[in-house]
Amino acid sequence: MKLVVNDKEVEVSPQAGMPLLWVLRDLLGLTGTKYGCGISQCGACTVHLDGQPVRSCVTPVDSVGTRKVTTIEGLSSDATHPVQRAWAEVDVVQCGYCQSGQIMAAAALLARTANPTDADIDEAMAGNICRCGAYQRIREAVHRAAALRASR
Amino acid sequence: MTSTLSRRGFLKSSALSGASLVIAFHVPRRAEALLLASGPKHPLPAPNAFLRVATDSSVTVQLAHSEMGQGIWTTLPMLVAEELECDWSSIRVETAPAAPAYFHPAFGMQMTGGSSTTTSEFDRYRTVGAMAREMLVRAAALRWKVDVKQLRVEKGFVVNGEERLSFGALAEAAQALPPPTSVVLKPASQWKLIGKPVHRLDTPEKVTGRAQFGSDIHFPGLRTAVVARAPVFGATVKSFDATKARAVAGVEMVVQVPSGVAVVASNFWAARLGRDALDVQWELGPGQDVDTVQLLESFRALATKPGAVALKKGDCDVALSKSSRRLVAEYDVPYLSHSAMEPLNCTVRLEKDRCDIWVGTQFQTQDQATAAKLTGLPLDKVNIHTTFLGGGFGRRANPASDFVSEAVSVAKASGVPVKVQWTREDDTQGGFYRPMFLHRVEVGVDAKGFPLAWKHTVVGQSLLAGTPFEAMMKDGIDESSVEGVSDSPYLQGVGAKLVTLHSPRTPVPVLWWRSVGNTHTAFAMESMLDELATAAHVDPLAYRLQLLKGQPRHLAVLQLAAEKAGWGRPLQAGTARGLALHASFGSIVAQVAEVSVDEEKRIRVGRVVCAVDCGLAVNPLALEAQVQGSICFGLGPTLHSALSIKQGRVQESNFADYVVLRLDEMPKVEVHVVPSKAKMGGIGEPATAPINAAVANAVFALTGTRLRSLPLKLA
Repeated sequence: MKLVVNDKEVEVSPQAGMPLLWVLRDLLGLTGTKYGCGISQCGACTVHLDGQPVRSCVTPVDSVGTRKVTTIEGLSSDATHPVQRAWAEVDVVQCGYCQSGQIMAAAALLARTANPTDADIDEAMAGNICRCGAYQRIREAVHRAAALRASR
Repeated sequence: MTSTLSRRGFLKSSALSGASLVIAFHVPRRAEALLLASGPKHPLPAPNAFLRVATDSSVTVQLAHSEMGQGIWTTLPMLVAEELECDWSSIRVETAPAAPAYFHPAFGMQMTGGSSTTTSEFDRYRTVGAMAREMLVRAAALRWKVDVKQLRVEKGFVVNGEERLSFGALAEAAQALPPPTSVVLKPASQWKLIGKPVHRLDTPEKVTGRAQFGSDIHFPGLRTAVVARAPVFGATVKSFDATKARAVAGVEMVVQVPSGVAVVASNFWAARLGRDALDVQWELGPGQDVDTVQLLESFRALATKPGAVALKKGDCDVALSKSSRRLVAEYDVPYLSHSAMEPLNCTVRLEKDRCDIWVGTQFQTQDQATAAKLTGLPLDKVNIHTTFLGGGFGRRANPASDFVSEAVSVAKASGVPVKVQWTREDDTQGGFYRPMFLHRVEVGVDAKGFPLAWKHTVVGQSLLAGTPFEAMMKDGIDESSVEGVSDSPYLQGVGAKLVTLHSPRTPVPVLWWRSVGNTHTAFAMESMLDELATAAHVDPLAYRLQLLKGQPRHLAVLQLAAEKAGWGRPLQAGTARGLALHASFGSIVAQVAEVSVDEEKRIRVGRVVCAVDCGLAVNPLALEAQVQGSICFGLGPTLHSALSIKQGRVQESNFADYVVLRLDEMPKVEVHVVPSKAKMGGIGEPATAPINAAVANAVFALTGTRLRSLPLKLA
């Protein structure tokens, strides 16, 4: 099976029904995308399919087709995506385990809503659990990322 | 390859360093061996840690503690850099291996917990930096043939008038010098980093997906295993049929281990499907009878009888009978799972003469000893590679080493290198919970409504009983069950008091959970304080201020929180404030919560103002993150989280039914630090404890309904 992951075509042979998450992690070694719940409850596994955020833990790899998969590793080559820069400026991360998913969710939000309100952020990001409780800084950093994007 | 260079037992190791300066604090090997033989409970007397200055001027700091989000990856290097005067950008960080050199200065084993890393390492890591600086300066003085007194150090250089030499250029020469036998640390007035907001050093790898957690470990030949564990606590495997499991593509082996049956496969998904296809028959045992509703009722019955005495002054019953009024209340809290974002996992490669373990752990010494026992290898052949932890909260500090011992057993039984990966359901239902607790509090008050007699009975499982830490219990009292009650500042002036404890045993394994006993004692104490204030017709703040007379630190924290929250000033309709104060881990925290209730009677917490006195705030940016995070961690159980057990089965399994706080429920948290010269306290946990009561008290102020059971539910 062919997949386009982070702008590269890759060949994988997963068993039928294998979620995209495990193809990325176990077959392609892209471990930036995390397993948190397996049932689309926590958002740690968020990746983009053609720019849309999806939960890779419940996305059968067979359903991906020709859509482009973007993972945290493919978001930017050098951590210069506005969301990554904002995350650093606001000192968001704690344990960091959920952050790939948070960042992918935030990047997708900003791609469709350039200047989100707190309510927009709540709606887009409530599906991403952070047990360290970095939510307040995540909210702040999404606003900061929006500003960085606008000034680019 | 090492030689003793000072009476204080500091060793300098050139074997590790090549042409670089290594500062190592070790106790002499013989002493190490003696202390190890006497077991991990006995603390080593000498501090240990090290750093490496390389010829490129990079400074590598070895962490004796685990980074689990609390920011120690940044704070410990700050302490080194403060004294070393290196350039901050030259700092590199590594986690230390498991070895006696890295034992916790206070606890005598390598571990991270108890909100104790910064406080316990404050002197040791600064001293390491000061020693290295002094050796570099002496090397420069020899090079220039000048007196050390005319040299100064600046951002990674030793400076002599117009001339300067980089640390890297001096590293080799400094390495050859004997280390100082004593150093003078900077006075606080000269600190450049300590006390300043410093950004985290682990951000770059954590925003790019490069940070390696235990579950990310991968190397050729590594298999993944998923284990079918007991459906009720204490159950054992009677028999199993693995025919269907073995037929799943990718499944390589099915092996029995003490905790259950492990399916070993080429990847996680195959192992998971294989486990689903397993047929295991269990010998259930007494665990099948556990029912949390019945258990709570049995706790309620126990609470009417006195338990083991934790605190006694005067004759409480006599004082109660003489009081003008008596208030009685019971408060209860459920079992809680830690539910760190990274489900438990552990990777083991077992070879004939060594065992390598990659794991996000808070308890290296215990895990190493457990693995050594299981494999029959000597301790120093068990190599613990501590990865980043995807959250800990106490779950990864287990005296039973459950997730490590199981992985070693799977590696032993399968004969292949293996990563045991828990599913979220496994993690939620796997035990080692914050125990269920019930408090019965009976208070007799004087004519003005202030306490004359305080009779307090605590019921709940001990965290220490049955573990290697049981020796810490005294006269049947596990301090962690009564901390925050028996030492409460509110009880200082109360004439008659009796705090007793029942520690019933159940088949449910329990463990420390962020802020430990304070999670329930703060709820009981601060709820009762509010009930007393209400009964006395006194403002809740004024009531507490009156009781805390003579406790200036507590007063200052409470007053600051109240002032910043605008206590007493009007709020918008449908909103009310509640407050709570609690001291734990050497720090004092006061919180004012603003609460509203929506149409569906759901409690919404909009704002929390938090004041803290933790002595010195080493990194205010990290402190703020810890306080925000602690409040979030506490609010989950305030509003939602609870485990229930029926017929021995844990009913909740994943984030759909074990509900934790999400971003849309996160209040605006404002953190205010009291400038303080008090002894430094911890900050990873203390802000978790008071939030339950602050919210419950606000709900009462808003609705007149007193909620005494967590999670708080109005409907």
